[in-house]
Parts: sequence; structure tokens; C-alpha cells
Amino acid sequence: MFSKRYLLSCAAAAVLGFAQPAAAQTAEVIHWWTSGGESAAVKVFADQFTKAGGKWVDTAIAGGPNARTAAINRTVGGNPPTAMQFNTGKQFDELVEGGLLADVDAVAAQQNWKAIIPAAIYDAVVRQGHAYAVPINIHGQNWFFYSTEALAKAGASEPKNWDELFVALDKLKAAGLIPLAFGDQKNWERNMFNTVLAGVGGAEMFTAVWGKRDANVVKGAGFKKVAETYKRLKGYVDPGSPGRNWNDATTMVIQGKAGFQIMGDWAKGEFTAAGKTPGKDYGCTVLSNSSSAGYVMGGDVFAFPKSKSADVAKAQAMLASVMLAPDTQIAFAQKKGSIPSRQDLDVSVLDACAQKAVGWLKDKSAQIPANELLSPPAVTGAVEDVISAFWNDNGMAADAFQAKVVAAFASAM
Amino acid sequence: MLRHRSRLAAQVALLPAMLIALVVYCGSTGWTVWISLTSSRMLPNNNFVGLRQYEILFGNERWLVSASNLALFGVMFITISLALGFLLAILIDQRVRAEDLLRSVFLYPFSMSFIVTGLAWRFLLDPTLGIAKIAHDIGFTWFEFDWLVRQDRVIFTLLAAGVWHAAGLVMAIMLAGLRGVDQEIWKATRIEGIPAWRAYLFIVLPMLKGSFATATILMATSVVRLYDLSVAMTNGGPGIASEVPAKFVMDNLFERQNIGLATAAATSMLITVVAVVAPLLYWRSRAEKAAS
Repeated sequence: MFSKRYLLSCAAAAVLGFAQPAAAQTAEVIHWWTSGGESAAVKVFADQFTKAGGKWVDTAIAGGPNARTAAINRTVGGNPPTAMQFNTGKQFDELVEGGLLADVDAVAAQQNWKAIIPAAIYDAVVRQGHAYAVPINIHGQNWFFYSTEALAKAGASEPKNWDELFVALDKLKAAGLIPLAFGDQKNWERNMFNTVLAGVGGAEMFTAVWGKRDANVVKGAGFKKVAETYKRLKGYVDPGSPGRNWNDATTMVIQGKAGFQIMGDWAKGEFTAAGKTPGKDYGCTVLSNSSSAGYVMGGDVFAFPKSKSADVAKAQAMLASVMLAPDTQIAFAQKKGSIPSRQDLDVSVLDACAQKAVGWLKDKSAQIPANELLSPPAVTGAVEDVISAFWNDNGMAADAFQAKVVAAFASAM
Repeated sequence: MLRHRSRLAAQVALLPAMLIALVVYCGSTGWTVWISLTSSRMLPNNNFVGLRQYEILFGNERWLVSASNLALFGVMFITISLALGFLLAILIDQRVRAEDLLRSVFLYPFSMSFIVTGLAWRFLLDPTLGIAKIAHDIGFTWFEFDWLVRQDRVIFTLLAAGVWHAAGLVMAIMLAGLRGVDQEIWKATRIEGIPAWRAYLFIVLPMLKGSFATATILMATSVVRLYDLSVAMTNGGPGIASEVPAKFVMDNLFERQNIGLATAAATSMLITVVAVVAPLLYWRSRAEKAAS
């Protein structure tokens, strides 16, 4: 009896299966969003994709480099996922050159990406006229988050430029607080340096250094000033900073033990989780010494490995269009702390910090493309080592640092 | 005839292992060396560039720091672990009470992975947590210990964790060697009135050559693959002060998408290892021959 029923149900399943050959587009997606806010954000994609009739298979791998390595190895090895995450920029260059990625031109044309996505972000997914990835969000990387409570205690106010920043930092120091909360790890040392490079050096210098890798600019007086300003910040971090995680540094600001933290807007997730409101409990600003805002923007993209199967291609197209659908974009940005990559949306539901960023997106001169958009990982890594050595070695002069950066430019073919 | 057949059977049985050794080890090594001569970045290519990657490698400050860290760590790690392990073995060899317990206690660190070891030591040595905080909490406010965050000292914190991890193993190997020493020799030293420390140092020690060589080679392999300890304890920092070659290879292989440079570093490591280990192996085989 039992086996008969079992057989029947099997048969039924088989019949149903044949009757609806393309019932659900299955998409296996590799990403590295594993923290609380991040998984909530990726769930937005999963839910929307399911709603559109697809089947989302989640392959979350903790740690960006690990996830990218797994995805690249599987793609090269012939067993690719349906979609894989990269940071907006050059991380997937060689996959395009190797002909391993499918283009998303159809979706890009249909949604008119060129018109609705900021030029720098759009250009970062286009290679030789074809779009090879979906830019799903924009992250600002050079935010200053500060504790309103700590600043009030020290009698400081929100700085408007770098000179005012140092005044505020000095006041915090005098009040016995930790002026600058820092999770001292190599990539955050680089991010802090980039923040100074954008704010003190300006957009032109930023792209000359990372994009053109112009030795003359690096050797110049302007860059030297950036280096010295960067080193000056070291006087404001606490001795426990080496090796600390960035989110632990954020916690110091949340608790009012520290004044400022330089971090990307993903730090907002920590504030939100602690029940803090932007504009009230904490503030956010981007500092620039020039008239333009100097908002350093990167983000995340999903790329789609080439597949011979028409079903997979269909799932990829569906995924691409779902990810950029207006309601997905807003819901995702709210959870992730980023801002939508498309500009034709009503963003009034986003928080005060995101509103500022959306404003800068309207003005091209306020934007600076992030490090990852300008230089390949090999160069970024080599320069990062030099920045890290400079930050930690109190004996290294700015001149020596400048020479080492130039040398690091040559360290990748 | 029968003997011939059984030898054939043995050879057939060994064939898979030999094939694996040939294809997997030698093949992969050869491929690694080849890739190090190309301009490969994220994906391997066959664009030959000669020794250009090596030129870049040996102009790279982080690589040079890594290499000198490894040399410093390696020499001190092996020397201190051998000395400490031998001393522990001698102490336990005095037929102390609770020998079994002590042996387990000393050997226990070796059962832990380097990751766990590194995390535990990182916590202990963190200037704002761990030992320094405990000392402050019980009133020793003058106590400062910040080697973990000092560029010129950080390598010694790795060393401390490494020695803690390995000394027990050396002790076990040495103890086995000591227990193998002929009792007649001990009787002879007692009749001659030689003090115990001299007997250990000048009579027993030379007899333990084989044990020393074994322990040294075991530790040398863990020196070369030193990676997880650095990652867990300092992640190479502060700055690049505690970087190690294996970490350089891993970072360039994956995160930095620079396979050419990574394989050049790996090949350089291989050449160094061969240059160091080959004489050791030779010495051990001679020591064994002399012993038999």
C-alpha cells in the first residue's frame, strides 16, 4: 500500500515535471553577504526572484576574497554558478577577456542603464561596449561617522573641512576621549588613506594616482601633503587599534567612547542594529578641502558566467532584471545601507546619510570612482602594503613613502 | 618465479601512489615553476616573460620582510624548541611523579591547530585585553606589554606561540630517544662519577642525533608552511612586520589575482627548502648509517 502510494506520487511528480518544463528558473548565486544586515539585504533579492517565479539557491561564502576565489575557480573549472558577486570595478576583467562571462546587454538596453546609472558605475561594468555585470548598489567609502554625544561632550561641532576636523580631534583628545576609532587592518589603512587622498588631494589626484598611476603626481608636493595628513591622523587613534575589526571600532563610536570613524556606509548597519538614528545619535559627513564634495563611490555587482543551457541564460536575464527593478532596489538599499544604483527612483524612504549621497549622485563633479574601479587587485594590493608600512612605521618619512608607492606601481604586469 | 610474481604485485600495488606522486606533486610543481615564468594574473596564461616575476618579487619590500621574518623565526623557533623540548624530556626522565600527566600536559599544545593557538595568544598578548589588562586590574598599573602591536617585536610573539606549540612534540621525541639509551651507559657514568648534567650533555646528547634530526625536520616543515599563526595572531601586521612567505603566496594567488608573482614566490620557497633540507636529510642518513 505504502509503496504503491509512493510510486503514484513519484509518477505524479514526474508527470507534473514534464508538463511544466520551465516551471522555475533556478539560480545559484555566490555572494559574501553573511552578516546580519547583509543577509537581510540579500534576502530581498531572493524573495523578489522567487516572487518572479524563480528558485533562488543561496551560496553564501564568508569573506569577499574567499567567495570570489570559489566563484572564479568554479567558472574556470566548468561548473559555474548562475551569478557571482564582485565589487564594482576591475575584479572580473580577466573573466571578460577570457570569454567566460555572458553579457547582459539585453537587460541593460531594456532598462536603459546608460540613462539611469551614474556614468562611473555604468562604465565599470562595460567592456568594449558590452555590459558584463549588474551594478546593484553604490557604496560611499569615505564617510566620517561621529558620535553626537562625544562631540558635544568635547565641545566640538561637525567639521566642514580637514582643518576643522583636526580642531575637533584635538578637542576630543583634550576631553579624554578616543578621537578616532580605527580598526587597524591593511584594507582599512588603505581606505583611510584613500579618504585623505580624496579629501585633501582631490578628485583629479585620486584618479591620477589609482587610475593612471602617474609617478609624477605621486612624487609631487600635493601627494606629500596627503601623506603627511594621513600620518597626522595616527596621533588620534588608540593603542588597541592594530588588528581590531572595523565593526568593533564602530561600536566605540556607538557607545560614545570615540568621536569619529572613517568607514564606508555599510557601517550604518551597525548603528541601526544598536538602535541609533542618523542625524540624531550619530552624524555622517564627507570632508573635502575643495568646493566639490569628493564622494568616493564603489559598490557591488553580479556577473553571469556563460552557459550553453538556454534555461540558465533565461534565469540570468531574469535575475538581472529583478535585481534592478525599482522596488527591489529601494528595499535592498534600506537593508544594506547603500544607495540604489539607479537614479530614477523615489528615495525619500532612505535615511539622512543616504539622502546626502543621493544628492551628490546628481552632480558628476562631486563623485570620485573608488579604488577598485581604477586599479586591478594586484596593483591595489602592492600599494596597500606600502600604505600599511607607512602607517605603522613611525620612522618612515613621506619622501620614502612616495618613492615606495612609485615602485609598487611597477609590481604587477 | 613466485618471488618474481610477488614483486610484480607489489609494484602494481604501488603504481597508483607513484602516479599520484609523479602527476600531482611533480606535475604541479613543474606547472607552478612554468607559471612563474609567465605574465599570468588572475588566470594562468602561457605568455613567457623570463625571470621578470622574480625581479619584481625581489624588489618587493613585503617579500623581503617576509623572507627575513621566516629566517629569524625559523632559526630561533627550531633552536629554542629543541633546547626546551630536550630540557623537558630530561626533567621527565628523572622518573618524576605523575609523569603521564606531565607528558600529556606538555604535549597538549601540539594537538591544537595554529589558528586556535594564534587566536589564544593574540588574546593573551593584546595590550587592551589579556595579560596586560589582568595585571592592571589587580593593581600592577606599571605593567606594559605591547609587543603584539610593536613592529620591531611582533615576530617574537609569533615565536612564543610557536615554541609553546612545538616544545611538547620535541619533548616526546627526545624522551623516546632518552628511554632508548642503554642502562649500562648510565651505570658506567655513575661508576666514573660523572655528574648527571655532563652525562646528558656530552654522552647522551650525541647519541640522540637521530632524534634531533627528526625533530628538526618536523619543525622545519612547520616553519616553511607558517601561515595560519600569522593570519590568526596579527594578520601580518602591524604594517607588514609579521608577514611570512606563505601568506605572500596566498594573498597574491587569490585576493590580489597575481598568480605569476605568487608562483614565483612559491618557487623561491621551494628552492630554499630544498637547499636547507637536502643537507639535513643527508646528515640524518649518515647518522643512521653510523648508528647501525
